[in-house]
Amino acid sequence: MADIAFLLLIFFLVTTTMDVDKGLNRKLPPWDDNPIKETSTIKEKNVFVVLVNGQDQLLVEDEYMDVRDLRQAAKEFIDNNGDGSCDVCKGSRSPESSDNPAKAIISLQNDRGTSYETYIKVQNELVAAYNDLRDELAQSQFGKPFDLLGEDAKKFVQDKYPQIISEAEPVSLGGR
Amino acid sequence: MGRIRKKKSGGTPELSTASLPDIVFMLLFFFMVTTTMREVDLKISLKKPRATEIQKLERKDLVAYIYVGTPKNAATYGTEPRVQLDDQLATTQDIGGFVVVKREEINEKERPLMTVSIKSDIKVRMGLIGDIKQELRKAQALKINYSTNPTTSEELFKVY
Repeated sequence: MADIAFLLLIFFLVTTTMDVDKGLNRKLPPWDDNPIKETSTIKEKNVFVVLVNGQDQLLVEDEYMDVRDLRQAAKEFIDNNGDGSCDVCKGSRSPESSDNPAKAIISLQNDRGTSYETYIKVQNELVAAYNDLRDELAQSQFGKPFDLLGEDAKKFVQDKYPQIISEAEPVSLGGR
Repeated sequence: MGRIRKKKSGGTPELSTASLPDIVFMLLFFFMVTTTMREVDLKISLKKPRATEIQKLERKDLVAYIYVGTPKNAATYGTEPRVQLDDQLATTQDIGGFVVVKREEINEKERPLMTVSIKSDIKVRMGLIGDIKQELRKAQALKINYSTNPTTSEELFKVY
């Protein structure tokens, strides 16, 4: 009896794996054969430009930045609330930064030589900025973290902080 | 006191193995429940990146996997990162067909829920990943998942 069970046990140990599938969920924009040049005007202050070069260095809003500081910078940008239309934001209301979270666009572009590791780190930090803001709002409004909210409450928080990350196609700037 | 000593002197009794099958069966069921069958034989080396903001993939039957990394057998396939679909090394042009085949396997109602999971090595350059993303967009597979290992924010920026 035990022998057979052992045999089965060893069989399962060898043929199966433990790893669970986890990762960053993203959505791609639909393919367009002849993309129409965007004519609608988006104010420059509403766009948070993140560029990553082939040496895995970041240029955020025309300034060199470490990945570690990206989350905070993105949070300040999203939460800025320049026109005062967002009633839950706690931002500094600087006229130089975004009008409100619904208008704030994060634009990400990377080089063909950027490493996947850096790309994921940047993506992770940008998603984390949104998740942090959503969590803070959920805590102050409902007293619970975002993950534990009900459907309606989740939707309310998501509407306040919609996740707008736009990705440009990678360019080839230097070598590699 | 004396009586106790007398009992012990009879030698240690045989350990009962009657419960052994039960224990082994318990282990067996534990492994059957917690593990999954290995889907493919990896032909590339894969070290997944780490991230904190991760979500679990709920329905495994709705997921198609694309593996990216440097081939293990460098003598035959070279050292440039390659794409692996199912059990074969492929090129980015094959992704469109692959997605169509995988989509056919899924129940018609649930096809819009299909997710493509990109399992890529950290050393791969974004040029290749970008090409894969373009192919996925052309194939209308817009829900994607970058497979990562969970970590904490302190660990994330540590350099080894």
